[in-house]
Amino acid sequence: MMTQETIAAIATAVGEGGIAVIRVSGPDAVAESAKLFKSASNIVEAPSHTVHYGHIVDPANGEKIEEILLTIMRGPRSFTAEDVVELSTHGGVVAVKRVLELLLRQGTVRIAEPGEFTKRAFLNGRIDLAQAEAVIDLIRSKSDRAFSVAMKQAEGTLSRRVKALRHNLVELLAHIEVNIDYPEHDVAEMTNNYIRERSQEACDEIDRLLKTASEGKILREGIMTAIVGRPNVGKSSLLNALVQENKAIVTDIPGTTRDVIEEYVTLGGIPLRLLDTAGIRETTDVVERIGVERSRTALEEADLILFVVNASESLHEDDYKLMEELQGRPVIVLLNKTDLPVAVDEGEMASRFASGSIVRLSVLREQGLDQLEKVIRGMFFGGEIDSGDLTYVSNVRHIALLHQAKQSLVDAMEATDAGIPIDLVQIDVRTAWEQLGEMIGDSVSESLIDQIFSQFCLGK
Amino acid sequence: MGYEAGNFDVLVIGAGHAGCEAALASARMGCETLLLTINLDMVAFMPCNPSIGGPAKGHVVREIDALGGEMGRNIDKTFIQMRMLNTGKGPAVHALRAQADKFLYQHTMKKTIEETDHLTLRQGMAEELIVEDGVCVGVITKTGAIYRARTVVLTTGTYLRGKIIMGELMYESGPNNQQPSVRLSQSLRELGLDLVRFKTGTPPRVHKDTIDFDKTEIQPGDDNPKFFSYETEYSNNEQLPCWLTYTSEETHRIINDNLHRAPMFSGAIEGTGPRYCPSIEDKIVRFADKPKHQIFLEPEGKNTSEYYVQGLSTSMPEDVQLSILRSIPGLERVEMMRTGYAIEYDAVVPTQLWPSLETKVVPNLFTAGQINGTSGYEEAAGQGIMAGINAARKAQGKDPIILDRSQGYIGVLIDDLVTKGTSEPYRLLTSRAEYRLLLRHDNADLRLTPTGYEIGLISEARYAKFAKKKELVEQEIERLKSAKIKAEQGVQDMLAELGSAPLQFTTDALTLLRRPEVTYTHVERFVPSPVELTDEMKEQVEIQIKYSGYIEKQLLQVERLSKMEKKRIPEDIDYTAVHGLASEAKQKLTNIRPLSIGQASRIGGVTPADISILLVYLEHYNRVTAARG
Repeated sequence: MMTQETIAAIATAVGEGGIAVIRVSGPDAVAESAKLFKSASNIVEAPSHTVHYGHIVDPANGEKIEEILLTIMRGPRSFTAEDVVELSTHGGVVAVKRVLELLLRQGTVRIAEPGEFTKRAFLNGRIDLAQAEAVIDLIRSKSDRAFSVAMKQAEGTLSRRVKALRHNLVELLAHIEVNIDYPEHDVAEMTNNYIRERSQEACDEIDRLLKTASEGKILREGIMTAIVGRPNVGKSSLLNALVQENKAIVTDIPGTTRDVIEEYVTLGGIPLRLLDTAGIRETTDVVERIGVERSRTALEEADLILFVVNASESLHEDDYKLMEELQGRPVIVLLNKTDLPVAVDEGEMASRFASGSIVRLSVLREQGLDQLEKVIRGMFFGGEIDSGDLTYVSNVRHIALLHQAKQSLVDAMEATDAGIPIDLVQIDVRTAWEQLGEMIGDSVSESLIDQIFSQFCLGK
Repeated sequence: MGYEAGNFDVLVIGAGHAGCEAALASARMGCETLLLTINLDMVAFMPCNPSIGGPAKGHVVREIDALGGEMGRNIDKTFIQMRMLNTGKGPAVHALRAQADKFLYQHTMKKTIEETDHLTLRQGMAEELIVEDGVCVGVITKTGAIYRARTVVLTTGTYLRGKIIMGELMYESGPNNQQPSVRLSQSLRELGLDLVRFKTGTPPRVHKDTIDFDKTEIQPGDDNPKFFSYETEYSNNEQLPCWLTYTSEETHRIINDNLHRAPMFSGAIEGTGPRYCPSIEDKIVRFADKPKHQIFLEPEGKNTSEYYVQGLSTSMPEDVQLSILRSIPGLERVEMMRTGYAIEYDAVVPTQLWPSLETKVVPNLFTAGQINGTSGYEEAAGQGIMAGINAARKAQGKDPIILDRSQGYIGVLIDDLVTKGTSEPYRLLTSRAEYRLLLRHDNADLRLTPTGYEIGLISEARYAKFAKKKELVEQEIERLKSAKIKAEQGVQDMLAELGSAPLQFTTDALTLLRRPEVTYTHVERFVPSPVELTDEMKEQVEIQIKYSGYIEKQLLQVERLSKMEKKRIPEDIDYTAVHGLASEAKQKLTNIRPLSIGQASRIGGVTPADISILLVYLEHYNRVTAARG
């Protein structure tokens, strides 16, 4: 077998289909999957070609991420002739990406190169000779596509920030190297403090980048939005209005464990994932419905709650109950039916909800939706949203590399504190630098040598 | 014209640091070897600094010694100062550096060569390679002597079309006003080798009695010097100090005022110089903010008054050099004995070599040292011993020995040269090694002595001693794994003294030794070894235990590398016919012709996708070949 490395990738078309499959191949496929898999079955011991039910759990905090089916195919009786594990998650983008992210974060499994499963299958004799050329074409075309995506990213702000981060690290590295290779030169002594400070700065920047991953996620996956309100206040019409505008891109994603039906719409470019919209359509008694467990879950999970009130009537007892429930949540109050004379006490509403989060709306006359859009922008994107220019770390591979680079820097700082000599600490810093280099496809170490000689005056 | 002057197995042209190692290795491997040099007084001459070693370079000297080479033994006999550098850092970058008695160094090496069996030392200027049926078979000298050999090693240093430049003055010359080798360069071109023009330089030398040492800082050697060679056990060499001073504002003013006379800036120098070894004028222009630069004054030997002015490499006119010198504290009344100069020379583009250092265009012709684009005595000697070994093995009909990047700095150096090439004179740095922690000064014997023994450069006696050391070290590590240290008063007192946390429970010696502040000596007090261990063995035990976490990480990477290195690529592969390879990769691979997938993956411009495609192609190729039987 060619290599010992274990690789993973999403094997199904992303965002399409009821289930998504992550394929893991290599000697650690079973062991690494087992670390995340909570189940009645012990998959490490399980025989080949068996399917197991269980949950993916984040080992860091025990959080249940996803309910899955796990299939084990031990080599050589598998596609790649290596040990293969396939994790079947629910369809859609979110769940499968989270699981893959978690798998990669452990550091042993790396994301597969374009066409790598097929390549391994071929190298391990699972694919017939006649198909060699087809395998090559697959690798070429997938790599070229990945390359063009990478090129686009290279021009983006993410790439600029990663480059800046790497530049800081290479300066630090050059400084360490010069202390090692030119011990008698009058360059500043490399101190533990200096290494710690620079590593911490880099860690902070990585944290900021990782944070954009969650903002980016909102853009990609939509703001989890729940619509609540008494019966007959216009929830269904609001939903229909939102869906109407977006007929072309509405998708039904039924059947998660939570039994929540989601609809995905965009409002002036802001993606919204409407939770439990089925519930809105079916249920007439809102107060009763609030008591229903699944709806509570939907409410708890929501990033945004649209609270619809009939403005042509004064507030109802049920409205008050709902308002209690919604305390401290990200709420936008929609005063609907403003085409009729307004009866609701707007002053009272203003005293209960943050100013600026109350929008006058007439779904009937299609008035106020633009105002709603503006308020959402303000809440989630600081008022601005320009997906072309902002830095959003979105790629699973990038997120894994950022986590790994951060870990390497943490290792460097810990080693420094433990009194480990700088040439060993350097190994961790250099690893971080290389991991960041992989993000932007640049790991050539010659640039370190260049840096040493441009940063320091050396000579005989 | 010309006469038959002798038949040899191996012919080495040039007796600098590369040539000496090549010739000695070849002769010691039993090949009848001729070492030919322009001037017999220049054998193992040090044309620049009188020192050997330092980070990476010193490691190479240890590796040469571990393989059975001469440089380590020779400097141990002739040093006038020895210092271990980087002692405050990790064991991997501890580096020995010696000041050499230049003259003694040369004479000692010459004597060794003269006394070696199967080795003939002769003066002569090689002018033309003899190539028959495309294969190199010998050389013709200026005096018409025709020497024939199975293989030829070329180590021309800076002699090849050498040109000295000093201000407005420029003349054809080898180093230190030696005769340059002009016609050989033409011969190489005619054989189809691409040559480049490189440049290096050296500082002026001054008279000891005109130095005011009171104005400088003394830099003494170590009290208990260590040695380069694993064979050296004792030395009573008297040590001499070096002296440190700095350039002054006046120095910088003089240089700036005379930049128009500096060939570096007037365009007179066409060769590419090394960035890591800039002339003083270059340093002052490029680092204008730096108020002063270090200058080390280094004795060139015990029986000479010449001092080398390290840090002041220059090609300024002679009069300016003198003014510069006299602007430096301690050198106000100095007498300059030799003028500094820049020297340009021809080098072979090293990507034209196989990793064995044999040229691809002319079979049986090997090159080593500065001709391959490197700089430094140690880099030259490291290539020299490998070229000598491989030329001898080829003459004996054996496969070449190729060290990989995890085995030694020599492996890193040669792989870099033949895989990536170099756009400036190449200097080794520890940062060029990806497995720095494995390539330590202390473990060169563990890495390479088995290879040296296998090829016949290490004697039975030395190998037995090495094997014993290895065995005892391994045994001791095993013993410490289970040796218990109790949380008793004596231990706690010692730990308290070291500022280390007290023991809670009984622990094993290995775990305790992993604490940064605890050394083998501390542990030994409580669990003494039943057999006597040398200091060297104890050091080895300590390092292997203390850094095992990092060492294992790197070993894992090496394992991965080694799988790639083992995937051989057939020499006759036609890359242009490999469907799917990017055109840049096709061109680079055709040019370099890597021997393994590992080497291919290090070629600039060859992407991971190209490597994948190549792997698939090779699998296809192998299956088809196997099917054909």
